Amino acid sequence: MNHWIIAPVLLPAVLAPLIAAAMRHDVTLARVFSMAGTVALVAISLGLVGVASSGEITIYELGNWSSPFGIVLVLDRLSAMMLLITSSLALMVLFYTITSGWDKRGRHFHALFQFQLMGISGAFLTGDAFNLFVFFEVLLIASYGLMIFGGGGMRLRAGLQYVVMNLAGSTLFLIALGTLYAVTGTLNIADLAVKVRELPMEDVALLRVAAMLLMIVFAVKAALFPVQFWLPGTYANAPAPVAAMFSIMTKVGAYAILRFFTILFGPDVAATNSMAADWLLPAALITLAIGAIGVFGAKRLFPMAAFAVLASMGMVMVAIALFTPEATTAALFYIVHSTFAAAALFLIADLVLTNRGHDHLKPAPMMMQHGLLAAMFFTIAIAIAGMPPLAGFLGKLLVLNAAQSTPYMAVIWTVVLVASLLMVVGFARAGSMIFWKTKTVEGDDISTAGTASIMSIGAVMVPIAGLVLLSVFAGPLSEYMQATAAQLFDPDGYINAVLGPK
Amino acid sequence: MEFLVASAIGVLTTAGVYLILRLRAFPVILGTAMLSYAVNVFLFSTGRLAVNAPPILEHGVNNYTDPLPQALVLTAIVISFAMTAVVVMIALGAFLETGDDKIDISDDSEDDT
Repeated sequence: MNHWIIAPVLLPAVLAPLIAAAMRHDVTLARVFSMAGTVALVAISLGLVGVASSGEITIYELGNWSSPFGIVLVLDRLSAMMLLITSSLALMVLFYTITSGWDKRGRHFHALFQFQLMGISGAFLTGDAFNLFVFFEVLLIASYGLMIFGGGGMRLRAGLQYVVMNLAGSTLFLIALGTLYAVTGTLNIADLAVKVRELPMEDVALLRVAAMLLMIVFAVKAALFPVQFWLPGTYANAPAPVAAMFSIMTKVGAYAILRFFTILFGPDVAATNSMAADWLLPAALITLAIGAIGVFGAKRLFPMAAFAVLASMGMVMVAIALFTPEATTAALFYIVHSTFAAAALFLIADLVLTNRGHDHLKPAPMMMQHGLLAAMFFTIAIAIAGMPPLAGFLGKLLVLNAAQSTPYMAVIWTVVLVASLLMVVGFARAGSMIFWKTKTVEGDDISTAGTASIMSIGAVMVPIAGLVLLSVFAGPLSEYMQATAAQLFDPDGYINAVLGPK
Repeated sequence: MEFLVASAIGVLTTAGVYLILRLRAFPVILGTAMLSYAVNVFLFSTGRLAVNAPPILEHGVNNYTDPLPQALVLTAIVISFAMTAVVVMIALGAFLETGDDKIDISDDSEDDT
């Protein structure tokens, strides 16, 4: 048994209480440990990607209880990839948090951050539906703390909304799991996949209810229409580094949908057959439209970034909803790209806020480091709007290409292209308001609100460099993702790996 | 007994959903508590309702109750308990900072710098 599989859960789980208990008065020490832990997490997840890229699905049976009786962690290409995205994003965000001094604005940032990493890693690794619920709760509790980090009335109220929304979501998750257990008598994903395929037709109704409830729960996490309304308020009011880290949280929902509706309720299951795709596709298209319109109409930079996240989730879910290996490859590619692009967008918005004093999209005096921030902003805007030469364009092309052979091609192409246009216009407007229309205001020539430290600007350069690298190495990456998609659409491989060959 | 349990879950859920749609923080928190009670009872019933049956294997016993939902309920209770504490703290913080316990973010307050 490969014990490294549990390390991404164990390492932050040990670090977090250590930081909370032993280093709560010493920010420097907490920073060192948090940073070291995250670097180690990146190294571990790189190793795990190496293990998974052989194509073999490795399992880790907790307490050596054989599945389906014990809880099992499953490492396949998808979970390894998601772990690597999480840990490298965490490293970038942590670097920015430390260099910009955000972690000094409240208490226990690093402990909460590590708990968050533990929850996200666990959610990506677990092969048990109830255990997924538990890891969801771990990442949610940590995210509540991070969301209201630094305090302030507006942020606390937005945090309250976020918590209530997720409490309702968790309740729904439990009802879905209960129904699933009542029908099949198991909660191990591989075992569920077997039982669902053997289910007699008279029990199918209850199973469909469970599948639909699960979809709604994951849609809440992924911020899909009609349960997307919590996202703009939450992300726009969260501390910027936290909002950047949250860009992986919506992807947890996308991951769960991908995992459950390929292996468990895949297109080959008679009980649910195309139910997931029928509901997911319209919801995803509307989400994309709402996101693009929000970007187009936003009055401030942070809500704008939040709507850009919404649009990118819509894009990812459009690709997932097609449920073909080609479309899933495109979805995975877009997940990687949009996670880093959205994170970079929130970080640059924070730099603008630091130097400008506010993030309203109206003319204001020129700020410090004006040209540099402008260049960075437009690079990130190009990335998130999916324009060439960055990888977002490639991802969009892959999605459009995958949609070509489906009956919904006309609708998908129209929505995607119009949404792209709206986003391009929206970002161009925001950029020109902030960086070009500077002299039209009376008074000072240059804003005295503040100056971002060189280190924190350097920290935002890291995800930008990542986005460029993503475009350069798009070839080998999409090969890995093709293999990942192929693995997802082979439920038997997953089932045999977890339960042993029949 | 099935009717009693089912209607109890139904009533709790209805009350919870109604309360969670209120505009003030206090009823909303009560609503989430109601919902978590409803879901706990529901989870308990997913292992089928059995009275006076042991959950652990014993000699000479043929009628068992399913132990797994009980373990799940225990986990769910602990989590919902912690969540209620967290949401109460955040609601209190929001109340003390903003001066009222409305749950909405209104448009004019969003425009404030």
